[in-house]
Amino acid sequence: MSGGSYALDTDPRPGPLAAALSVVRRHPLAALCVVIALVALWLGIREGWHELAQATLNGIVAGNYFALGAVGLTLIFGVLRLVNFAHGEFLTFGAYMLIAANALHLPLVVSAVIGVVATAGLALSLEVALWRPVRRKRVGELQLLLLALGLAYVMRYTIAFVAGPEDRATGANVTAGVTILGLRIGRTELIVTLVGIAVIALVALGLRSTSLGRQMRALSDSIELSETTGIDTDRIVLVTWAISGGLAGLAGIIYALPAGTVNPQLGFTLILSIFAAVVVGGIGNAYGALAGGMLIGVAQEWSTLVIDPSMKVAVGFAVLILVLLIRPQGLFGRARSVDR
Amino acid sequence: MSATAETAEPVAPAPLLELEGVNTYYGQIHILQDSHLQVGEGELVCLLGGNASGKSTTLKTILGLVRPRTGAVRLGGEDVTRLPTAHRIRRGLAIVPENRRLFGPMTVLENLEMGAYLRPRTDLKEELDRVYTLFPLLYERRGQLAGTLSGGEQQMVAMGRALMSKPKLLLMDEPSMGLAPILVERSFEIIQQVNKTGVAMLVVEQNANVSLSIADRGYVLSTGRIVLEGRAAELLQNDDLRKAYLGR
Repeated sequence: MSGGSYALDTDPRPGPLAAALSVVRRHPLAALCVVIALVALWLGIREGWHELAQATLNGIVAGNYFALGAVGLTLIFGVLRLVNFAHGEFLTFGAYMLIAANALHLPLVVSAVIGVVATAGLALSLEVALWRPVRRKRVGELQLLLLALGLAYVMRYTIAFVAGPEDRATGANVTAGVTILGLRIGRTELIVTLVGIAVIALVALGLRSTSLGRQMRALSDSIELSETTGIDTDRIVLVTWAISGGLAGLAGIIYALPAGTVNPQLGFTLILSIFAAVVVGGIGNAYGALAGGMLIGVAQEWSTLVIDPSMKVAVGFAVLILVLLIRPQGLFGRARSVDR
Repeated sequence: MSATAETAEPVAPAPLLELEGVNTYYGQIHILQDSHLQVGEGELVCLLGGNASGKSTTLKTILGLVRPRTGAVRLGGEDVTRLPTAHRIRRGLAIVPENRRLFGPMTVLENLEMGAYLRPRTDLKEELDRVYTLFPLLYERRGQLAGTLSGGEQQMVAMGRALMSKPKLLLMDEPSMGLAPILVERSFEIIQQVNKTGVAMLVVEQNANVSLSIADRGYVLSTGRIVLEGRAAELLQNDDLRKAYLGR
């Protein structure tokens, strides 16, 4: 070995707590696994292993749409430094497009594909008609944030205006169930979850080993550096919007199909948990968002074993606060910069 | 190779890079004032200047990260003043950025590949071999995340990444910054070595002594103006420059 060692912590003599924290900071994933195992052990002994397994399964189901929603949100933030509050409405839009296509008596699978494509198209149109022009005019970051927040309201109420504020049926079969190893799961739920996991795997693979994925990760690291390596940043921004929108649309559909009904508040009820997933995973890190989504989903469902299910959204934020206290950059994020 | 622009003087071949009458502004602030600069085929040119002299702005203007209000940027005689960065890179430009900025969450190999992603993948192997021959350490470290490398190693990756695109002109933004003296020396040896393979170089530096000792020609920038230019050997003897930069 010709390299030196890279000491991250400079405290000369840490106390036992500080020492433990520094181990956690340096090996966040190992520490996370230990924490998860301990919590699982506690819940399993207290509530029964079968209950825990069922809650875990429910958590993976929820983790799917959190992860799929989070990855698009994090990519857009990484690439454009835009906190897209209107991302939740992409989920809603995707679900409503599914219903619209369904109303034309198209098969559910075709309707789902239409929902995904339409949401990708919406994201692209917004980039061309709104985000790119305001970027070119050098609108400030706070203004962009407020713009996104306002856009979320406009989209939500436009959907409510067009489709009506009441619940609408998705047309999926929500009564049929399957029992695997003694665990109950809805048939539709099982199908969309498997699709979701497959898409998550594809996204992770695509980001890792395709040229496009590398360019997107490069852009989310530094737009200026990416430009100077010759990346056509405008093109990658468009592709990122399409992927972000498409995955959000899919997330909305994956949420809506097993639920059976949709209303215009769908995205709004999920967006905060999705934000938590993004931050837990490390803002701008796509793999982190995927893992963060799963983590938040499982944490919320596990919590229903001991607290009232209506409080589970708060659990996602408890996880978020804990992670931020110990590792401000998130699980997969890296400290400020590579410069040293 | 790019005989696209018909220039008035057909005598000398168009320089690889030419800035002419460039005025760049940030808002109301006039940064580059009537700046000019040329780098010929295979030349090693240094651009010297202190803090806030306009060195970085000159590089950004060349790359197209900022657009000059007036004046022209030409690559191989072709006017690229209005072209976006990516298109300029495609014309044979590459940069080793300030602080050896890398894609931190990517491995060494991925960083190198980013330098060549514009080119067909079949050439990749050959270019990688060339870079690994120049920096054998990078082969050992190819799977490591770039963010965990030392300063000297990052320099090699940044240089390797730039070379992966087979540039005709390589821009170096303050290669000596933040490096230990021994690494500065090594860096400039590598710059010379790469230049000898036919790659023209524009080295932007504060360290006048070491840059001029390897350069063919030099420009001195002060508060946005080129105040001095000439053969490197002459500049090294120039009293004003010695007082201002060499401290003796």
